[in-house]
Amino acid sequence: MAALDELTIQAPAEPPSRGLGPGRALVGLGRRLWRWLTSMRTALILLFLLALAAIPGSLLPQRNLNIDKVNKYLAQHRVLGPLLDHLWAYNVFASPWFSAIYLLLFVSLVGCLIPRLRAHIAAVLRVPPDAPSRLERLPVHAEDLDLPGEPAAVAQQLHDLLRKRRFRVRVREQADGGITVSAEKGHLKETGNILFHFSLLAILIAVALGSWYGYHADRLVVQGADQGFCNTLQQYDDYGLGARVKPANLEPFCLDLTNFQATYLSNGEPSVYKASVDYTIGNGPAKSTVIQVNHPLRLSHARIYLLGTGYAPVVKYTDKYGHSQTEVAPFLSTDSMLTSTGVVEFPDANVAPGKGVDPNDKQQVAFSGTFLPTVPSDPSVGQSAFPAERNPALMLTMYKGDLGLDAGIPTSVYALDQHQIDDGRLKKVGAPIQLKPGQTAALSDGTKIQFLGTRPWATMQVRYDPGETLVLVGAVCLLIGLIVMLLGKRLRVWFRVPPEGPVAAGALARSVYPGFTAEFESIVEDARAADQRPTLRGSR
Amino acid sequence: MAALSDHLLVVAILAYALAMLTYAAEYAFGNRGVVARVAVRERRRELVGVGAPVDSGSLDEPGPVDLPDEPESAGPLDDPRIAAWAGRVAIALTLAGWLAHVGCVVSRGFAAHRVPWGNMYEFVLAVTLVGATAWLVLLMRRPSIRPLGLFVSLALVILLGIDGVKLYTPVAPLVPALNSYWLKIHVTAAVTASGILMMGFVAAALTLIRTGFEAGKTRFPYSLGDRLPAADGLERLTFRLHAFAFPIWTFAIICGAIWAEAAWGRYWGWDPKETWAFIAWVIYAGYLHARATPSVKRTIATWIAVIGWGAMMINLFVVNLVVSGLHSYAGVG
Ligand code: HEM
Repeated sequence: MAALDELTIQAPAEPPSRGLGPGRALVGLGRRLWRWLTSMRTALILLFLLALAAIPGSLLPQRNLNIDKVNKYLAQHRVLGPLLDHLWAYNVFASPWFSAIYLLLFVSLVGCLIPRLRAHIAAVLRVPPDAPSRLERLPVHAEDLDLPGEPAAVAQQLHDLLRKRRFRVRVREQADGGITVSAEKGHLKETGNILFHFSLLAILIAVALGSWYGYHADRLVVQGADQGFCNTLQQYDDYGLGARVKPANLEPFCLDLTNFQATYLSNGEPSVYKASVDYTIGNGPAKSTVIQVNHPLRLSHARIYLLGTGYAPVVKYTDKYGHSQTEVAPFLSTDSMLTSTGVVEFPDANVAPGKGVDPNDKQQVAFSGTFLPTVPSDPSVGQSAFPAERNPALMLTMYKGDLGLDAGIPTSVYALDQHQIDDGRLKKVGAPIQLKPGQTAALSDGTKIQFLGTRPWATMQVRYDPGETLVLVGAVCLLIGLIVMLLGKRLRVWFRVPPEGPVAAGALARSVYPGFTAEFESIVEDARAADQRPTLRGSR
Repeated sequence: MAALSDHLLVVAILAYALAMLTYAAEYAFGNRGVVARVAVRERRRELVGVGAPVDSGSLDEPGPVDLPDEPESAGPLDDPRIAAWAGRVAIALTLAGWLAHVGCVVSRGFAAHRVPWGNMYEFVLAVTLVGATAWLVLLMRRPSIRPLGLFVSLALVILLGIDGVKLYTPVAPLVPALNSYWLKIHVTAAVTASGILMMGFVAAALTLIRTGFEAGKTRFPYSLGDRLPAADGLERLTFRLHAFAFPIWTFAIICGAIWAEAAWGRYWGWDPKETWAFIAWVIYAGYLHARATPSVKRTIATWIAVIGWGAMMINLFVVNLVVSGLHSYAGVG
């Protein structure tokens, strides 16, 4: 049967080519290529190539997963790094060669499925074929079933019995006045196979749909109504739009974090994150909800996920003119205990009232800092001992000069511009200071800094993937098809009722499965049960 | 409870190790005839009523088999009585080990107040339990495969040993991302599939050994084939185990994707764990394909199954311990 399959999945044989025109040769070559591509052997090879091609994607850092690691890897491997980069090694799953393999695989799949589907439909529509002339040649058979009665009545009985067992049955009158009953079941196996392979196609199409029409964007949101964001690209820290998505297509909503709660186990591992948010869609009314890990906020298109959390110190700086400003500066955590680092910048500090900024003598102020939610018992460790605020402290180092914000080059909001420091335009002032919440410190230049406390922040990810539902449907169909294909059994049974004398039976399985014989015997058993004088002589 | 679980692990490993020794004793003392005879008897039963050969190379089940009449060779060590006795003790020990293993997993669950497969240590514990269960079920249904016991218990002892020594993690609740009912479904399916695939791997490896032995190879791994059941029976067993496990593995991946959608915002992100699950899935699909392709030799197909298990092992050990990704809360300290 498998041999048959290999035939059925191949393209029809090419007609013998007369003349040897270049056109014909090309067509011939094309045909041969197509037949090679749609053969099961090729499918097998392509499957392997696909598995092989995925391996570097798991071993080398990938841009879509962790760009920092890619950059680090590139910095460490000066020769090999860029070479691999040319080969798309840091973006394996979007690389031309990876795509080539799966596209070939799916072309092969289409090429192999369509003829199969056609053949299968024909097979399903076809009535069960007539009994072979010699049933005793079949792998299992029983002769001399003594079923009394008119042949037509016996045949009817057999017909009913087989129908009850879900066979498709055809009763045929023979020229000699006898009757044959042909029954067949198990097209489901092939149906399952075709469903499975078509589901694979559906999934691929859905994945493509998602990557064209979907988008995702990340945003760090500090708690507080003044710190919310709306679903527009300018407000995101990072985003990726599908090829067919325009910025105007984003679902219009705004969201702010009203409260954030984190609970931790005694070993510092988080156990619950709970983000309470207010949001509005378009011009709709404001709503409140809670977003948790595993429980995103599902809007009609976009979904909003809670990814992580950290602290944003709130710092008040009073400059030499007595002018104070308050900044909320989210710090990024560097370890699982939420040791956090960042900068607090006051670009408008020390501007003499009534005068403008002197571009040659900027006196902007910034603090680079580390925040420890729990200062360890040995403070020299410099790392937090617990992620919740049990004994918080903020360490700050002051810098003064030109922050380099006006150069028009986007700079990180989590670190000072190292060029400015190296070039001496931004100078360190005094020694680092440590503050507890509420504490104020006088700085060496006479200005003042106060640590007001912290606000929690949460990273939110906004996602839209229109292919998702289709992927899920495809995956479920794939599983159903797979199970049906692996469980399915094909069986044909025939009875030959002669005008006179004993009835003969035989069966053929497209593949011999355990219980095949048992099933046949049970059918024969049933046939005999209709009559009370069993004289079955099996093939034993 | 947690301490009980830890003690039971030791008991289970010891019992499996002793079972391995007694299986080995049966292996050494048993004369090939005993094993071969049981195997033949079984196969005769399967063949009852089957007349002419039917198309072989089919997927589902036993093609026609001609039974080679194995000569009863008696080696110098052969002593059927010791062998039979050892065989029975081995099964009893396996059963004892299995009970301790069940106790170990269950008490761990009670200690942690959750399903006991939340970190890598527990995962391996559960996978090996499924493997051991599958082994006992197979053994009940086909006593003739007992010679595989040596290798099954070897695999169990190695995996559990690594687990207890290298991967041990104290009882702890789950991190938020793992706290989902999809965890229970996804990981349960993954555990089940992995456990059965582990048995499938043992069967596949032994198929290759026995095939080599039947082809006249006498070097080390093939010499083990002496006392194994006939290769084509093993090969069919290999197929059935994989055909059973593959849909479960598929289901596990699908549930994982659903869970990932809820937890991380995307159903598939080529995270290393996902990538290797995919690789293993593709290799196993390749195995099923290869077996359904007549022009591919059965030995090659079986090799593919062995490679598939290699991918599963890489996913379990290398990805959890070496490569970092979203799944790297395996909890190994
Ligand atoms: C993404 C790629 C593919 C995957 C994952 C895949 C997977 C599978 C699986 C798991 C089976 C079950 C085998 C069994 O019944 O035990 C199967 C059967 C089959 N596949 Fe595929 N397949 C793929 C592509 C293809 C292609 C490209 C072809 C055609 C060239 C093909 C042709 C077949 C045929 C003919 C069978 C039935 C074998 C039989 O029962 O006789 N498949 N496939």
